[in-house]
Parts: sequence; structure tokens; C-alpha cells
Amino acid sequence: MARRLLLAGFLGLLLISPLVASEFHITLLNYIGLYAIVALGLVLLTGVGGLTSFGQAAFVGLGAYTTAYLSTAQGLPGWASMLGGSPWLGLLAGLLVTGLVAYLLGLLTLRLSGHYLPLGTIAWGISLYFLFGNLEFLGGHTGMSGIPALSLFGVELRDGRKFYYMVWATVLGAVWLTQNLLNSREGRAIRALKGGVVMAEAMGVDTARSKVVIFLIAALFACVSGWLYAHLQRFVNPTPFGLHIGIEYLFMAVVGGAAHVWGALIGAGVITVLKQWLQDWLPKLLGASGNFEMIVFGVMMIFVLQRARDGLWPILTRFVPLSDAKREVPIGDALPKKPVPESGKVLLEARNVFKRFGGLVANNNMCLSVKAGEVMALIGPNGAGKSTMFNCVSGVDSASEGEVLFRGEAVTNLNSRQIARLGMSRTFQHVRLLPTMTVLENVAIGGHLRGSQGVLSAMLHLERGEEARLLAEAARQVERVGLRDSMFDLAGSLALGQQRTLEIARALCADPCLLLLDEPAAGLRYMEKQALAELLRKLRGEGMGILLVEHDMDFVMGLADRVVVMEFGEKIAEGLPDEVQRDPVVLEAYLGGVD
Amino acid sequence: MDLQIALLLGQDGITNGAIYALLALALVLVFAVTRVIFIPQGEFVAFGALTLASFQAGKTPGTLWLLIGAGVVVALVDITQALRSGALRRIPRIVGWNLVYPAAAAATVFLLKPGEFPLVGQIVLALVLVVPLGPMMYRLAFQPLAEASVLVLLIVAVAVHLALVGLGLLFFGAEGSRTPSFSDASFNLGLVTVSGQTVWVVSASLLLIVVLFVFFERTIYGKALRATAMNRTGARLMGISTVMAGKLSFLLAALIGAFSGILIAPITTVYYDTGFLIGLKGFVGAIVGGLTSYPVAAAGAILVGLLEAFSSFWASAFKEVIVFTLIIPVLVWRSLTTRHVEEDE
Amino acid sequence: MTQVKTVLEVEDLCVSYGKVEALHRVSVKVGEGQIVTVIGPNGAGKTTMLCSIMGLLPHSRGAIRFLGDELGQAEVEQMVALGITLVPESRALFGEMSVGDNLLLGAFMRHRAGHRDHERSMEDVFQIFPRLKERRAQHAGTLSGGERQMLALARALMAKPKLLLLDEPSLGLAPLIVKEIFRVIADLKKRGVSILLVEQNARAALQVADYAYVLETGEVALEGASEQLIDDPKVVESYLGLGGRK
Repeated sequence: MARRLLLAGFLGLLLISPLVASEFHITLLNYIGLYAIVALGLVLLTGVGGLTSFGQAAFVGLGAYTTAYLSTAQGLPGWASMLGGSPWLGLLAGLLVTGLVAYLLGLLTLRLSGHYLPLGTIAWGISLYFLFGNLEFLGGHTGMSGIPALSLFGVELRDGRKFYYMVWATVLGAVWLTQNLLNSREGRAIRALKGGVVMAEAMGVDTARSKVVIFLIAALFACVSGWLYAHLQRFVNPTPFGLHIGIEYLFMAVVGGAAHVWGALIGAGVITVLKQWLQDWLPKLLGASGNFEMIVFGVMMIFVLQRARDGLWPILTRFVPLSDAKREVPIGDALPKKPVPESGKVLLEARNVFKRFGGLVANNNMCLSVKAGEVMALIGPNGAGKSTMFNCVSGVDSASEGEVLFRGEAVTNLNSRQIARLGMSRTFQHVRLLPTMTVLENVAIGGHLRGSQGVLSAMLHLERGEEARLLAEAARQVERVGLRDSMFDLAGSLALGQQRTLEIARALCADPCLLLLDEPAAGLRYMEKQALAELLRKLRGEGMGILLVEHDMDFVMGLADRVVVMEFGEKIAEGLPDEVQRDPVVLEAYLGGVD
Repeated sequence: MDLQIALLLGQDGITNGAIYALLALALVLVFAVTRVIFIPQGEFVAFGALTLASFQAGKTPGTLWLLIGAGVVVALVDITQALRSGALRRIPRIVGWNLVYPAAAAATVFLLKPGEFPLVGQIVLALVLVVPLGPMMYRLAFQPLAEASVLVLLIVAVAVHLALVGLGLLFFGAEGSRTPSFSDASFNLGLVTVSGQTVWVVSASLLLIVVLFVFFERTIYGKALRATAMNRTGARLMGISTVMAGKLSFLLAALIGAFSGILIAPITTVYYDTGFLIGLKGFVGAIVGGLTSYPVAAAGAILVGLLEAFSSFWASAFKEVIVFTLIIPVLVWRSLTTRHVEEDE
Repeated sequence: MTQVKTVLEVEDLCVSYGKVEALHRVSVKVGEGQIVTVIGPNGAGKTTMLCSIMGLLPHSRGAIRFLGDELGQAEVEQMVALGITLVPESRALFGEMSVGDNLLLGAFMRHRAGHRDHERSMEDVFQIFPRLKERRAQHAGTLSGGERQMLALARALMAKPKLLLLDEPSLGLAPLIVKEIFRVIADLKKRGVSILLVEQNARAALQVADYAYVLETGEVALEGASEQLIDDPKVVESYLGLGGRK
């Protein structure tokens, strides 16, 4: 409740401040709003998605210059003249131009890992800045003036007090859209980008697409801010679109709390007010004029990243009690299920699989098969090549030679996303969860492929029906594996055993017919292993095929129907658990020996 | 354009390219050893040039105050830490490097009138003031974050850059400076006249590259730095501390940066914020080398210099646009040639 | 244990990764000139124990004493300076450097301490591993698996350690090479190096070791003189999981 009250209080304050605040404070609030829109894009991009851009100011510039040009230009060629004059067409054109530029830049740089994207953004930030300053038709370094004011319902928004509502309505709209997006199927895929790419791909998420999406949204938010800026200021020149302003936007997001929507507002507010204050005081203090606030910002930033990397927002929320509103188990209709293959039918077949890494042969002529309704265990000492085999089967890697068939279809060269679509789902040896999301949300990622609503309908909350069904399905799987009591806990707060169980629930949420489990019992205590074995027996009874890679012989022997033993990349034994356990070759492989 | 202009532009391009190459090498080094994308490199360029210019103008360079200030902060932080962990024997060393050394430098500046030194003396004193800022910067900004992601380190690097640009403005003002040429000689090679400064820049760069090569290939400390870049854990297990490697690589980068600044100061007017663009052009070169290959990075940097020289002839207003847009095809090329390894941390 | 001087004493060591406890009150002792092995199935916490002793991982409880001195949460570099060297499971070689340079860096800490005898140490090491001498100028990355393990061992010896920590030296190697590696380990003992050997290859480890600990899910399940453990059916159980099925 406390949070709702705070939000209502905040909105109330926003509403009445133009009636009481001075001209100066209104201007300040307008700028905070404009900056917050850009910072919000960066929250999505950097804080949530783990990508970084120093070049947002350039996108702001694209938005501002497009509308400035179109609404002031004289004598446009015939086809374009109908675009001229209206700021609203300027907005549309700005969004188009920005979207196109961002899409191209994203396509080029998002493929690269980690640090190339921010470097690229620095470079194009500088390029666009110099371009604005050197193009004659954009007024060069002196800029363009005479941009018309916005009119809304016949009211001309000429002064800052009137413009104020326009700015803050946009800010709140952007916050609403962003929050909607984050609390959706697409949003979960986006939140998985930071630290969960491999997992998300295995659950069928097209992570490359998600990256482009958030990059585009961040650029479009920046463009809208630029458009508002141009019509508020009624004048544009290149200065506010330079790289240093782009850096300031990033600072706003980081200082405010890059992973939180409201952090963008806090960050924009803190930095803007601080900048205003420092620009007044520092030159007097230092006896020289110049942008000395940069020194303070730089040092402050280093300090924030060293001491409070999550920014101010999480520190502030510590003082407000958590609300329990979202603790109801979601209810919804069942999602359609794939037909269950009849028991005993071969699901997975690997034929003569070879995998070479340079000169090293990690898998040498491996064959194995898994039937519906059986537990097949792949065991062997450390370094035997089990994980490599597992990766070849699940599409994380592809075999150098040989064939993998899934339900009669060749999947040898498919990637993990395509294989997931066919009904194979997996867990990971090193648990891959999103620790800051709830158990329910983590499980819901498993159901990604069972939904179809896209980004736009998520942002506008048009997908609530599907979302309810997805969450209900996730809740059913959470209950199925016995994690009902921790459904709304953060996944990172669970014990290892529960985390492994959660991974199984996530895999089940995809409605698979074959489950691949990579060392599910590693690190579990005796009782937890018992519970896990019980769960797997139940699933087998329901007709699920299970391929188990394990070190824990004890666990395997009590559970598996058939066992394949590997050593040095080759199959050295296959058969019933009891046979394999007495096999001298297996004994030798496990205990080793020098004579 | 005729051949003579082409040769002239080529000469310009190679002179600048040599500087960019030096910077590119430093960037590759720092990234390989510490994973820091060293955005503040350009500030060392500016500080080197402007410190020298201050000496020549008979002024006290602001970098002296920065050295003293940074030294005091580092000493405070390190002594606190030493007291906390009971490692008292480290204290004399901390005091020596962070308090006594800057004090000695200050004494030299105030007592000996560096304005009357010969050029070599002024250059050495400028380096004495600027280069130690490198390891101090590592200690204060980056060492506490040694385990952070490349992205966090990059944001810190940008923050350091911002702070240093502001300090540069405070220390040196908004006016630029240009120092006199190292030599007034010029050489007539048929069609084209080569200026003495060009010869200086190119040969000094080459010499520095050779010295670096010898350092990395022949000395145990150079090898230790390379080892850290290849396998951090392996290096630590040999007793090569990450902190030492970090400070050493920042020291080298600061040396290269400041020296580059001193080399170009007679060719272009250096302002407090000039270094940034110069450093970034080194970056474009370094990225051509994928931030890993020294020779490719150097070649890329020369290419950037040439491109810049020729585009300043054809479309001088768009010089920067062209140079920085070059990074896009380079990135595309890199994305097509490097096997993308999933970074999932 | 017999009346030898204790080089390393680990007492009640606990290590956690977040909420998961990987080691629970593990106590291990290594006497001077001894080979002590820690065996156990995968995931038992053997590597975690070595990393924690070496200072690569912090421990939450317990004490580590080296030659009688309590070490606290020491840094890796300090441990190397004290005379402890770890050969990790990954070998951690410098792949794009020559064999000779890899060895030279093995003596880095001695160089910093003022010793300039790496040429002599290198000759000594080449006597133990003549094959490395032939490959001196070759890049470490081009060596075969067995040669890499030898280089890793040789590089560790360049530091003239008092205590050598070995993590799975036989991992992924063909039987013939494994035999040679263990011959070298036995040989090192004769030269007076104390060794803490972590192995999955239980039989080979027990054959060279004086004393052994069996680690299971982060705890010492069994300990004793190697000759006693080598025939102990409990070891086989621990590995093959026969314990659960009577």
C-alpha cells in the first residue's frame, strides 16, 4: 500500500507544481522530464538488457533536427511538401528516420559481443554531432531557429508552464509502456539478456531480436525527447547532441539505478539539479568559467560504481515496505499441449557422432537413443566427453560428423532455439537462472514458445489473456515440482537443490516430450536427491523421455532404465544399470589405475 | 590533386598515423592486461603537451597540483588499508611514491626554473609530472573494480575521462598551446620537402615501438605483463599480482600518451580537450586490430592517419565524420571474421 | 601420523558459494616430504579445497597454517612468496609464449625476491623433463596434452616450492602418460618436495601417496594411510555408488 500512496503523492505533486512553482523551476522540471525519457530508454537498454550506449544524445538530435527541418523548411520538393509545417508529421518522420538509423546501427554492432557496441556508439555519436554542425541545410554550427510551437486541441503550447503537462504526460506514458513491456513474455526474454543468453536461447528466445528491439525502443524514446526539445526550445544547434551529453544520459541512468524504471527519473532529476547548482557555484569557487561540473560528475560516477553499483533507487526503496499485492497464484485457462508420443517410441537417436576441436576428438563415433517413457543415463568420469555429447544433441554445438535425429527429423545442424521448438527441453549443469526474478517468472521463460504476442501488444497491455494463461501454466509447473511455497521468492534466494528443481520446472513449462538433464543431482543432499528421483519417476510414468547426464552413480543406478558409459570420448559400455555396474571396464574407467 | 599534394598529404597522414599507432599500442596493452578500455588515454596526450608548454611559458603546470593531490589521496587510501590489514612494512613505500616523490617534483619545479632548461630537460620533467598519474589513476579508479565486467570498467573509464577533461580546463584554461619545433631543419626529397618535426615524430615513434618490443620480448616484467593478458589466473599462480600488472600497464600507457602529446605539440595546437579525439583515432586503429593484435592495430592507426589527411583535402568539414564512420565498416568486418563467443556472465 | 614436521595444516575449513556450502569443516595435514592425496568423486569439493588453500577463494571458517604460521585470508601472491605453488586442473599455461618463457615466469617470484638463478633451475627442471628441453623454443599452445601437464609441473618447480598443490594431474591423459606423470610425482618426493595431490584416479594416487583423505560432498568421509585405503571397499563404494544399493 505504501508504494501506491507514494506513487499517488508523486503524481499529485506533478499535477499541481505548475500552479505553484516559479518559472525557473518549471523550466528545470521540463528538462528533467526530457532527460528522463532518454534515461528511461537507457534503463531498458543498459540496466535491464546489459547493453550500453554513449550515443543516445545523437538520437535525440535526430528527433530534434528532423522536426526542426520539416517544420521550418521552405520550398521542399512536391512529394515532401505535404510533410512540412506540422510538428506531428515531424514526429512521425523523426521516429522513422531514427528507427531506420538505429536499426541499421544495431544490426551492425549488436552482433558483436560486449564492448564493441559502446565503442561504436561513441564513434557514431561523434560522427552525427559533426554532421549536424557541418550540413548547410541544418544551419551548421549556428543551428536553426523559428521552429513552431506545438498545438494540442487548439491550445498553443507556447510557454514552459503549458508545455510542462505535455512533457510529463509523455514521461509517464513512456514509464507505463516500459513497465508493461517488462512484465510480459517479451519482457522476460529481454530481462534474460543480461546473464542468461544461453539459457534463453535454449528456451526458444531469439535473443538477437530482443537486443535489436530494446535498442530500437531506447533510440525512439530519445527521438521523442528530441522532438519535444525542439518544440520547447523552438531552436536547435548541435551542442546538446554531442558525446558529452550522451555520456551524461548514461550517468543519469546509472546514478538513478539502471535496472529500475523509476531510477531513470531519479537519475535525471539528481543530475539535472546538481548540474544547475554546480554550474552556478563552481566557477565562482574556482575563479574561472567552464563546465567544471564534469569533474564532479566524473568523480561521483566512479564513486557510485565502486560503492553502490545499482544506483540510488534500490537505496531509496529500502525505506519503503514491500507490498504483498502480487502474491496471488495466477489463474488462467490451460495452454494447448502437444500430443504425447506413445511410450516406447524412439524420440532421440544419435548415430555415429564425432566432435572434434582442432586435433582433439571429444566424441568418437558415439551412438545412443532415448525412448518415450524411459530414463536413459549417460555416465562416465570427468572429461569423458559427456557434456560435448549433450551439447551436440541439444543444439548448443553441432557435431563434426554423424547424425542426430529427434522424432525422426534430422536436427544435426539446428540451433538450440529450433530444437526447443520441436519439443526438447533441457536444464544446465551450472544452474542458469535469473536470480533477480521470481521463481514464477523464471519458470514462465520456459513457456516462451507457447505464447505469440509481440512487443507492441505487450507495451500496450493487449496480451493480458495470453499472459494470464502463460503465468497460470508456469504456476502449475511450479506446483508440479513442489516449489509452491517459494513461487514468489527471488530465484537467487533459493538453495541449490531448489534451484535445480526450478530448472526442471522451467524445462517442463515448454511442454516437452524429451527432457535433457545435465547433472541434476550434483551438489544435492540425500533427501533432495530422493525427491528429485521421485519427480523423475513420476514424469517417466507420464510418458516423458529423459536423458540424464550424471556423475552420481548412486543416483543413476536407482533410477535409470538403461545406461551408456563413456570414456575418452567413446562408448565403453551400454546396458542395464546392474550389468554396467559389474563391468570391469567401467570399474577401471572410474577408479583408474596405472598398471 | 597532383602527385605533390598527394605526397604532402601522405606525409601528414603518416606523421599523425605514427602518433595514433603509439596510442593504439597502449590501448591494446591496457585492454589486454586489465580489460579496461582506456578512454582517458587522450587526456595524457593533452597533459603531456600542455605541461611542456607551461614550462616553456614559464608557468607552473597544473598537473603538478594534480600529482600532489592524487598522491595524497592514494597515500591515504593505501595507508588506511595497510593499517587495517596490519601490513605496516608497506607504509614507507607508499609514503615514498605518493608523498615524497610529488614533493620532490614540486621542489624541482619551484627551485630550478624549468623554463630555462634545455628542451630535453623540460620534456623529462613533463614526463616526471604526468606519467605517475597513470598508476595512481589505476589505484583509485580501477583497482577496486578489478573483478567488474568490461562494461562497468568502460563506464568508469569514461567517467575518469570526463573528470580529467574538466581538470584540464581548470589547469590550462580554454586557450590552446603550441610548442616550438624540435628542429627547424627540413629535407628536400625531390618533389616533396620533409620537415624536421615529421622526421622527429616518425623516428621517435619507431624508437618507442622498438623499445616496447624489447621490453615485452626480452624482460621478465614485460613477459609477466603478457602472461597476465593471456591467463590471469595462471599469472597470479606465478606470483604476478594483478595489481602490479595493472599499475605497470597504466604507467606504460601514460608514458606513451604523454610522450605522444609532446611529439605533436609542435605540429598542432593542443587544447585541454584535444586529446580525446586524438585518443579515439588511436582507438579506431586498435579496433581494427580487434584490441588484441599489436601490429594490426598499428597498421590500422596509420591507415586512420592517412584517411584523415586525404579527407581533410577533399572534404575538410567532414574530416571527423569520415574518420569515425570508418569504425562502422571495421566493426562489421570484425563481426564477420571473429567467431562470436557467447559472453554470458 | 608419524613424527614428521607438519608443512601444511588445514583445520575445519568451510567454503561457501553464495548459499551453497561446498566444503564443510575439512581438516587435512601434510607432513614434510610427504605425498598426501585427497580423492573422491566429482563434485566432492576437491578443487574448491585447493583453491581455498591457495587464496583464490575465500573461506568462511577454519584455519590454514603453513610451517606453523596462521595465514588468514592471504592473497595468492603471498602464498607463492611463502613457497606454495598450485598446478591447477586447467594447467593455466601461457599458450602464446615459448616453453622457455613459461618456465622463466615460473621463477617470477624468486626474481622479484632477488634470486637470479633461473638458468640453473631450468637446467634442473630439464633433467626431470628432458622432452621440454627439446621443445624449449616452441609455443606452449602447440604441445600435446601430456607435454602440457609436464610443462605445468616444470613451471611450478621453477619456483622451488616447499609445498606443491596438484589438481588432477592425470586428467584427460592417456594411460601411458599418466604413468609417467606419477613417476615424476614420486620422484619429486625423493627430492624433498611436500605434495598435496588431488585426484580422481584413486588407484594411481593411492599408490604414490603416504596418506589419503576421501572427500565426499564437501566433507572428509574417510582417511588413513594409503596402503590401508587402497583395499578399502568403502572407497570403491564412494566412487561407484554401491553404498546406496545393498
